[in-house]
Parts: sequence; structure tokens; C-alpha cells
Amino acid sequence: MGSKRTTRRDLLKSGGALAGGLAVLGQTQASGQTPTVAPTVAPEHDHGSGASPMVKGTKELVEYGQRSHFVTSVRIAHPVGGRHSPDAFGKTFHIATPLQDSVGVITPSSLHYVATTRGAFVPDIDPKQHRLMIHGVVDRPLTFSMEDLKRLPSVTRTHFIECAGNRHNGRQKTVQETHGMVSCAEWTGVLLSTLLKECGLKTSAKWFVAEGAEEVKGASSMPIAKAMDDCIIAYGMNGEAVRPQNGYPLRLMVPGFEGIFHTKWLRRIKVVDRYYMNYNDYGHLEKSEKEAALAFQIGPKSVITKPSGAQQLSGPGFYEITGLAWSGGGAIRSVEVSTDGGKKWNRAEIKAAPQRMSHTRFGYPWVWDGKETEILSRCTDEIGQQQPTREQVAKYWNVPFERSYRVPGLDNSVMPWKINKDGSVTNGLA
Amino acid sequence: MGSLRLAMITLLLSSPALAQSPTYGVGRTPTPDEIRAMDISISSNGEELPEGRGSAKEGAIVFQQKACAGCHGKAGAGSIAPELQSNKGQDVSVWERGRGKSGWMILPITAPYATIVWDYINRGMPLGKEGTLTPDEVYALTAYLLAVNKVIPEDQVLDKESLPKVKMPMGDKDYGRLPDWKPKTHRLPGYGH
Repeated sequence: MGSKRTTRRDLLKSGGALAGGLAVLGQTQASGQTPTVAPTVAPEHDHGSGASPMVKGTKELVEYGQRSHFVTSVRIAHPVGGRHSPDAFGKTFHIATPLQDSVGVITPSSLHYVATTRGAFVPDIDPKQHRLMIHGVVDRPLTFSMEDLKRLPSVTRTHFIECAGNRHNGRQKTVQETHGMVSCAEWTGVLLSTLLKECGLKTSAKWFVAEGAEEVKGASSMPIAKAMDDCIIAYGMNGEAVRPQNGYPLRLMVPGFEGIFHTKWLRRIKVVDRYYMNYNDYGHLEKSEKEAALAFQIGPKSVITKPSGAQQLSGPGFYEITGLAWSGGGAIRSVEVSTDGGKKWNRAEIKAAPQRMSHTRFGYPWVWDGKETEILSRCTDEIGQQQPTREQVAKYWNVPFERSYRVPGLDNSVMPWKINKDGSVTNGLA
Repeated sequence: MGSLRLAMITLLLSSPALAQSPTYGVGRTPTPDEIRAMDISISSNGEELPEGRGSAKEGAIVFQQKACAGCHGKAGAGSIAPELQSNKGQDVSVWERGRGKSGWMILPITAPYATIVWDYINRGMPLGKEGTLTPDEVYALTAYLLAVNKVIPEDQVLDKESLPKVKMPMGDKDYGRLPDWKPKTHRLPGYGH
């Protein structure tokens, strides 16, 4: 991958690039950070001056480990200024993941973004009592316990989920604010097609309705072709049980479709002969067929997570630009990065074999010359869809272009970060 | 798979277990009553609608009793939750008439089928007490909201027969249908993005 990319040796040969050593990006974001209680140190230990203190093990640290208290990034309310979670009643609203601190492609379960229908309590479901019922236009309706589901052949796949509300605008400051309503995890479960084959689809089966067990019994309608292609009835997330905020004990994965389709606390699937437009679907009602299509399968999208808004470059020199790319159309085929405001696009390095409907980490070696500029990324997926600039989208819809232009459907347009002379990084849309 | 299938069939034949799935022999068959109790998905033809009835007059009382006005305002407008009544005349387009000041869509106008209004109230209302309304109350509230928006006459009674027949302002041609989705296809042909 990335045959044209500059290697570190090239940079060293070009001379002067690394003057001052490898600069480290400062973490300056005030929001999205919280102090964690420092662990108890073992005072009887003495390893000489300059040695780090030694931490006493506790029951909690041993049984279910936790991150260092020096690592402080946390989820924040989405959108900025939106309802705080938990609110005064203990309800959870939309909360965004701290992408600015992300590495690799997996979002830790504790930091996975959360969206709720309209602010909600999280159901506390006993897995022994939980059932998944599949019925409708099938030969054999079936009810499965969690134990039943775990006996069936399983799959483990890495998939992103993105909320339709993940829109970037000029008022936001950090990448958590602009793009934090997307996350990626390793999901384990049974293919929905395995279960539907057991039930036997009747020829009239065209759509299915998935329903959760939360207070509003949120329900979405999806094409049966998607169910038979790659939907997963997931009980595992990042090597352990799905977290309650993400649907414990069972959630539907609809790879590449908008987040709301990934039904949490899944209790029922009804196979039907027509589009049902139940509860969640009504909110998707669009005037034109084109707009309806763009709010269904997610388009190719990428964003630079480092350096990104509110971070600080410590001075001219070498930085690896890194970010994430994903698409509802399949695997990411290529990512390009521009460091001159979009005049020249350079092929970025893809960090690991891209998976279908998964985050793909990219990197691009860059020597900042200390001048003001703009950095951007764009991606292309395996079926040839390319992430657009806002200008391209406006042109397609034949409307006058301005940077505040609202992209129809899920906003997958290119995100610019401005590098200022003092090394500060700000929102290029501002 | 062949030998596994054979093993499973042999297993199934040898014991009168509750297991029902043909290949793996897991799960059990839900009874018709169990399905009926769980199945709150309402189709546009209303085939899943329960027995019950309600009028706009009764709905106005339920609207007060269940404190709907607390969030939606008196007669369904002017408060913190999405508006339920349009203040625009019937001479404008359904999308204009159906868009509240807050930007939210007004359900009893923009829902393409009256059954959607019923389903929405039945699942999602009232806030914090979802799932407690009786079918009669849901029919009555649906009638009330449709009547205040002049979609049905004030004296019309709604039940499982009449509700699916209500002609909604959102006509078949007024909204975009979802694409006939297939794997590995562009989300919008000719768009490229």
C-alpha cells in the first residue's frame, strides 16, 4: 500500500526535517477530559530518585483492570451544548467518542458512542430471561434464548456504527465534536441469515422489522436482502458481552447502514411482505427518493484525528498525520491526504488490511514548515464511491456552494483542519 | 454441513424435544398467543390492530388526563415536544403544512398512513409511562390528533376497521421511497459519493 508515500529514511535524507527531534502533539482539549483518581502507591518501596512510584494492587484492579489515571479522555454530550448525560433524572442522551485520542481502529467499549431515541434510561436485562422471537412470513416462527444463540455457528467481524446526526460544521472545535458519533468495535454473534434459514423465509418476505426491549420498543424496517447478506445478531463486543448502553444482551448489527437500524436490546424480528414504517422509520421520511437513499446506506467518509481541532503542534518538523476512514459500501480501497488545502492529494498508508464496513486507520508522513495551511483527507471504497467535498455535493444538487452548505443524508463530506502559524489547529469550516 | 444436518435430524427424530430449528435443533416454537402478545408492529393495512375504539371527543379527555399537554402544549402546539397541530391552511403543500416551528414533522399530517400515528403513540407515549395506554385510549388519541388537523371529521370513531381507511394528507407520491437495496451497490446510482 502507498507506494508513493514518503518513508522516514527519505525524510532523514532530505535533511533538517527532524531538527528539534520528534515533536509531540500536545493534548489541550479541556472538554472531554476528566481526572481519574490516582492509585495508591506502595510507600515502603524505594527504587532510587527518578523512579516511578509503585502501585498497590487492589481487588478492582486485579479483577477488572482499568486504564492509567494519566489517560483522561472521556465521552461528551453531542451536539455541543446538548443535553448532558446523565441528566438530572439519570437519562442518557447522545454521547460522542473522543476520536482525537483514538489509536488503531477499535473503539474501547467504554468509549463507544451512544445514541438514544430521545433520551432514555438503559434497560437492565437479565440474559436468562431474554428471548429473541422471529416470526411473520416464515415457515416456522422460533424463539431463541441467549443460550440457544450461543450454541449456533458464530462470526466475529469488525464493524463501525455511525449516527445520522454525525455532522460537522464551523461552530465545532474538536474532532470529537465534529465526528464523535461514529465508533468501531469487534462484534461476535450469529448471522441473521443463519436464523432466518432455520425459520424458512416465505416467498413473500421482502422486509423485516427489528424491535428492541427498551421503553419505546424502538423498531426499524430493513430489506430482507440485507438480512441475508451480512446482518449479525451480536452478543459479543470487543471480546466480552455487549455493553448495556450498546444493547446488552443482544443487538442487531446492520453493517454500513445508519446507526439507528442497529437495534439495541433486540427482542423480536418480524419478517414482512412490505415496508412497515414503524416508529424509528417515520423519522426517516424524506421528500425525494434521492434524499431517502442517502439516509440509508452510509457513504465513504474519513477524517484526520491527529492533528485535529484544539490540538497544538509544538513547532515545525515531522508529524505523522493519522485518521480514520470508513464506508457503508464495503472496505476502504484508498485514502488520500492533502497538506495544502486540497490542491495536491497524496496517497496515504493504510495501516492494516481494510475490513468491510469497518474503520480503517491511515497515516501520512508530513513535515510541517511552520506556515499556515489546511490538511484534509478523502477516501474511496471498494465499489468506487469517493468521499466528496462540500463543493462536489452542492454541484450535484445544483445549489450555490458555501462552506456552511448542508449535505443531504448523512454528511460524509471532506473535513478541513486549519494549521495556524503558531501551531494551533482549528476547524477549517469556521 | 450435510453430515451435521443428518446428525441433527437423527437427534431430532430420537427425542421428542421442544427444539424446532431444522438444521441445528435449537429454539422453540412460540404459541400463537405469545406471538400476538408481543406483536405490536402495525402494518399500513392494519392487520395487527387490536380490538377497541375511540373518538376525537374521548381523545381530548385522554390528552388532558395523561398530561400530554404538559409537553405538547394545549391542543398539541406551543410547548417543548414536537407540535401535533399545524397552524397552516390546507392550501399549502403537505410538507410545509406538516413542518412545525421547531423543525419537527407534525405526525398526524406527515404520516403516510394513519396506522403510523397509532403505532407511534402506542409505542412511544406518554413519556416515562410508555406501554401503559389501553387500545381504546390509543384509538381515541389518534382520532383527536387527526380531527384537530382536519384529517377526519370530529365525530368519526376509529377502530381496527376504520383506522387503516383514513385518507392521509401525505399522498403516495408526496414522499420518497427507499431504494431497492442490493449488496455492493452505490447508495445512490449516478451519485458516486
